[in-house]
Formats: sequence, structure tokens, C-alpha cells
Amino acid sequence: MSNREIHDRLARRYEHGFETAIETDIVPPGLDESVIRLISEKKEEPEWLTEWRLKAYRHWLSMEEPRWAKLRIEPIDYQAISYYAAPQQKKRPRSLEEVDPKLLQTFERLGVPLHERARLAGVAVDAVFDSVSVATTFKEELAAAGVIFCSFSEAVREHPELVRKYLGTVVPYTDNFFAALNSAVFSDGSFVYVPKGVRCPLELSTYFRINARDTGQFERTLIICEEGAYVSYLEGCTAPMRDENQLHAAVVELIALDEAEIKYSTVQNWYPGDEEGRGGIYNFVTKRGDCRGRRSRISWTQVETGSAITWKYPSCILRGEESSGEFHSVALTHHRQQADTGTKMIHIGKRTRSKIVSKGISAGHGQNTYRGLVRVLPTAEGARNHTQCDSLLIGSHCGAHTFPYIEVRNPTAIVEHEATTSRISEEQLFYCRSRGIDEENAVALIVDGFCRQVFKELPMEFAIEAKKLLELSLEGAVG
Amino acid sequence: MLEIVDLHVSVGGTPILKGLDLRVPRGEVHAIMGPNGAGKSTLAYVLAGKEGYERTRGDIRWDGKDLLSLAPEQRAIAGIFLAFQYPVEIPGVNNAYFLRTAVNLKRKARGEPELDAVEFLRAARERLRLIGSDDGLLQRGLNEGFSGGEKKRNEILQMLMLEPELAILDETDSGLDIDALRLVASGVNALRSPERAFLVITHYQRLLEHIVPDRVHVLAEGRIVASGGPDLAQRLEREGYGWLAERRRASEALG
Ligand SMILES: Nc1ncnc2c1ncn2[C@@H]1O[C@H](COP(=O)(O)OP(=O)(O)OP(=O)(O)O)[C@@H](O)[C@H]1O
Ligand SMILES: [Mg+2]
Repeated sequence: MSNREIHDRLARRYEHGFETAIETDIVPPGLDESVIRLISEKKEEPEWLTEWRLKAYRHWLSMEEPRWAKLRIEPIDYQAISYYAAPQQKKRPRSLEEVDPKLLQTFERLGVPLHERARLAGVAVDAVFDSVSVATTFKEELAAAGVIFCSFSEAVREHPELVRKYLGTVVPYTDNFFAALNSAVFSDGSFVYVPKGVRCPLELSTYFRINARDTGQFERTLIICEEGAYVSYLEGCTAPMRDENQLHAAVVELIALDEAEIKYSTVQNWYPGDEEGRGGIYNFVTKRGDCRGRRSRISWTQVETGSAITWKYPSCILRGEESSGEFHSVALTHHRQQADTGTKMIHIGKRTRSKIVSKGISAGHGQNTYRGLVRVLPTAEGARNHTQCDSLLIGSHCGAHTFPYIEVRNPTAIVEHEATTSRISEEQLFYCRSRGIDEENAVALIVDGFCRQVFKELPMEFAIEAKKLLELSLEGAVG
Repeated sequence: MLEIVDLHVSVGGTPILKGLDLRVPRGEVHAIMGPNGAGKSTLAYVLAGKEGYERTRGDIRWDGKDLLSLAPEQRAIAGIFLAFQYPVEIPGVNNAYFLRTAVNLKRKARGEPELDAVEFLRAARERLRLIGSDDGLLQRGLNEGFSGGEKKRNEILQMLMLEPELAILDETDSGLDIDALRLVASGVNALRSPERAFLVITHYQRLLEHIVPDRVHVLAEGRIVASGGPDLAQRLEREGYGWLAERRRASEALG
């Protein structure tokens, strides 16, 4: 293969690997209280939030990194990371016309056009570039319905009372090492508030893009659905191809009051590193939903194809009576990627229900671990859980591991767990090929079939996107 | 024209086909019968290009071209189709989507426009009517939880949609009830044409009452040991394979 061909192939495999040349306002690497004050100041935050960050930071100092159960990981030097990077803009843009065209082009190239004429139909987008939100579309339409959808920083400025009321109530800064770090240094993210009885008229979506070098991304998302409200939210992520690892440590908090429903979907395609495992994003995320109200519902759907290392367990606290939590996941690891992902379903209220569908795909030297906790507390009379956990192996150097933790402290609870591991068989491949479908497409087809149950939970456009992503990520997995 | 000359094939180092000769001109239907384990499915797999079937001697030509040098998917595009004895299940893969993909790959190779979902469905329903099935199977996972008979019908549906030039049917009749057998046979007959060749592997004369073959061959111990007209199948049905072995022993004794 010529250099050009190799380059083309690589580019096709990770088509989002480009870098945007833009002046960046970047804080020098390192972390101490003055850096945190600086971030807070740059974002014009109120005093209480600065104090909250500092408390989180002091707590973080007392914590230790988690021990990586099933992950092999290089030590992270937290003083070598820059904690704030923002594209330089003279002033805060008031409208799309004031946004640097380079930024708009970047998102356009990523398939997320922000211009009025080209915007995705029926989807409102908040575009986050490194540490800041660039633009949010359809704001007026949403405002008319009473829905607030904006960047986290804007929410702090415009709706401080809501932020203060809910921030950290689902994931306190003491929760874990990365949640503490995030609470100290979080930069931007999305804020969603759907008032009582409102069905959000659009899909909401945030697109996260890491561009700057040697930075971490620490976004914070907070979604609140009041009584009887409904919202469907989707996040997508990419980063340039680089030889160094980059850290992404986000926190997502969801709050559903009585009869409210939140659907949260993720298509995660951070740069996974190359065939030898150089570079890629470390994706350590704390995502938790709180079903506070009775009959509230939260469902997580995730398609994880990127990152060198993924470590995340979107969870549901099923507090309200008859509340329900769902987790639908496709996690793919190829080459040297490692994923340790799953969910936690904590049943507190009576007759709470949870459903877990996890599909793990391993190819190359990929290592894929499902780790899930189902905990039924004594109060959770009549709680039910069903867990289905399937692994698909492609080739003989990869691995799939399943660690279900089940703790039931109420005798009326019913908890079911099913697990399967399979390989793509020679018979299946031959059958497809004998119908004219070549091996690579046959693998894509079989994998797509394997993931069907999860894909059908995604909004249509994203299901197509997810399918394409899997195809690209699996290129070269056989033969 | 399919021409197989002195074909020797080993599986895992064990010789299975041992000097097989066979010619099937376009426009003809040839039946292959023979005892269990004789190598009938092996022949079918070799024609379709399954891995692990090693040709140690001999040749297979289709229209004079070397078939064995083509990958399975290339053979499919070239018009070879195998209806499997045991079709495999591929969970979650929508049956209609799978078949439309296959049909469109072939159309593309021929420079014909691809079928969209609506056109495909119309065409598939037409074929399904021919073999007396409703379209319930189309929206299920590929062969997923299909009964034995449903799997066989699905193979025939694929054949009717793909319109192959050389169709190999490996025991498509086994597992079918009597009505289904007749319908499947009428499906095959509908496709018969001067352009197409069929190789129908079966254990039973009954199928051949509906699909009347031009030639009947007996495959035993890796070779074609007898060939004849439809009456050969009738005699096998009455007398089994014993007399053939006897005849062979006698001719070997004569030297
Ligand atoms: N993978 C394999 N490894 C070893 N032997 C094999 C393999 N596949 C087939 N064989 C053997 O090859 C021989 C021929 O098998 P084949 O399936 O072609 O027979 P057949 O004529 O189709 O039989 P049936 O009428 O039962 O379908 C059998 O003895 C079988 O056991
Ligand atoms: Mg057989």
C-alpha cells in the first residue's frame, strides 16, 4: 500500500480525526486552587459555585484513583493536563452570525450543521468545542414551549436558582474520584429543564468535540424533567487523532419527578487510538439518573465505539414508587481498546422495575467487560429486574467478561439474569457470501443484527449513524 | 454448461469426492441421489465455494471458466445459487433486508437499477404467492426460529428472487409437508428455462414426480456410479442402492 492509500484508509476508519486550526485561550497545565478560581472567573460564576468547586477540589485531593478492575491503564499525570481551553472569541457571541466561521465549519464537517437552513430537522443541537458551548439551535422554538436548553455556563448566568437547586444532588462531588475532579474543574456542558406537563417538541442533542492538545474535557450535564414532562436527549462525541491519550471525565445528572420520562442516548465515538493502542481518549464518566417521582421513567441507551478506555456505568436510582429504569447498551472494542461498562439499578421504591440489555462486541485484541449491579433495598416491595447480557466475539485474540452483581434484600423481588456468548460462525459468513455479500459486509450485517434490540431504542437518524459507526469501527476485523 | 472433470476433494485431510465426473448443460435439470454420507452435500458446498473443502485433483468449469478460482460471493454474482440442506440462523438480521441486499448486489453487478424497499416487497410477495407462503417470514430474523419447512421455503424464495443460472438444491424436499413439496416444486418449475441449469439433490422419487429431471445420477463413495433417465430414480425408490453396489463389484471382478 502506498502512503496515500494507508492515509486514506485510516482517515476512513476514523473520519473525524482532523484538527481545527484556531486560536485557543488555554490555561497552562496543572491544577491547584488558583486554576479553579481562574476557570470560575473566566466563566463569570457566582461565589457559591466557586466555593462548591473548591470544596470538590479539596475532597478530590483526599481521594485515590479507582483501581482498574479489568483495565490496563497508564498512570495519568493530573498536573500535565490543561483544565481549560476555549476557542478565542472577542466577546461572547450573541447569535450564530458572531460565531467564528471556522467553528461552524468544524461542526458542519462532523455532520452537525448549525446554520438555520441546514439544521437537522426536529433536533435542537448544543455544540460544545473543547471547554465551551459554541451555539445552541432552535432556542426560540423551545422557549415557546417553556423548555430551557442551553449551555451549562449560560444556565449558571440565566437560571442560577435552578442550577443551585439541582446541581450535585444526583452525583455529589464526594461520589468518586472522577466526579470530584469534574466538580472542581468542569467547563461546560448542557442544561435542560422541561417544566411540568410539557412534552419537549424536539429531540435535544449535544455534540462534544475535543480539539485542543493536552487538554481534558470535563463537561457537566444536568437534565430536569418536572411532573409529567418528557424529553429525549442525545449526545455525540468525537476528537482528532493523536498519539497521546486525552482525558474525558464527564458527569451527567438526570432528575425525573412524578410521571416524568427522560430518554438519554449516547453515540460515543471518541478517537479510539491506533492498531497498536497508541493515543485515544480515556473516557471516565459518571452518569446517573434519579427517578425521584412516582411512576417516573429514565432510560439510558448507549452505543460506545470509540475511546481507548471506557469506564462508565449509567445508573438509575429508582426512588419513586413504580418508577422504572432501563439500560440499553452496545459496546464495541477493536484493536487494543478496553471497555468496562454496564449499569447500576438501585431499587428503593415499591414495585420499581428495571431492564438491562447489554450487547458487547469484541474484535482484534479488544477487551470488553460488562459490570452491572442490581440492588434491591428492603423498601422495594415487589421490585423486578430483567438483565440480558450478550457478547459477540470476532477472532480469537479478544475477550468478553461479565460481572453481574446482584444484591436483593427484599424477598418479594424478582431478579432475572440471562447471559450468552457467541462467535460469528464460519457457517453464517459462508451463508452470506453464498448470497453475494462479501465478508466485511457480512460481518457488518451480523453485528447489526446482534445490536438490533438496542438500535431500535435510538431515534431513527441516530440508529443509522450508529450502524455506520459500527461498520467503520469493524473494518479489517476479519480476514 | 457445468462441467466437472475427475474431481477429487478432501475435507480435513479425508478424501470425500474421488474422481467425480458430471456435465449439466443449461436448460436441463439433473437429479443427484445417493446414500447418506456419499458426498452429495460436499459436492454442493464445493460448487458454492465453502472453505475447508480442498480440491486435490480435477476441475470445475462453468461456461468454460474455472469456478474454483472465484470467491463464494463472486460465484453468487456470477449466478450460482445453493439452497442449503441446513440453512443457518442469523439472529436479528431482518430477512427482507438481507434478501434485498443480496438482490441489489446482483442487480448492481449487472448494471440494473437497485430495488427500493417497496419494489422489493412487491416482487417478494409475488414469489411468495407462487410457493403458497404469506409474507410473515419476511419481517422476522433470518431463519431465526423458523421451522424446518419454513427454512426450506425461505431458501426457495431467495432462489426465486435471485434468479440464478445454476441452482443447486440440497435436499430442499426433506422437512416439507406434501402440499409444500408440490408448491416448492412449482416454484422451481416456474424458473426452468433454456438459460438455467439445476442440480437437484434428493433422497426421494416423490420430488422428481413434480420436478421431472432430464438426467438422474447416483453418487456413491465419492463418484457418479450410475446415470440414467427418470426411470433410474423409480428403480432406486423400489430397490434401493444395493443392486448398484453389486453391479459394481461384478464389473470390478471382470477387471
Ligand atoms: N467437516 C468434515 N470433516 C470430516 N468429515 C466430513 C466433514 N464434512 C463432511 N464429512 C464427511 O464427508 C462425507 C460426505 O458427507 P456429505 O455431507 O457430503 O454427505 P451427503 O451425501 O450429503 O449425505 P446426506 O444424504 O446424509 O446428506 C461423510 O462421511 C461426512 O461425515
Ligand atoms: Mg447432504
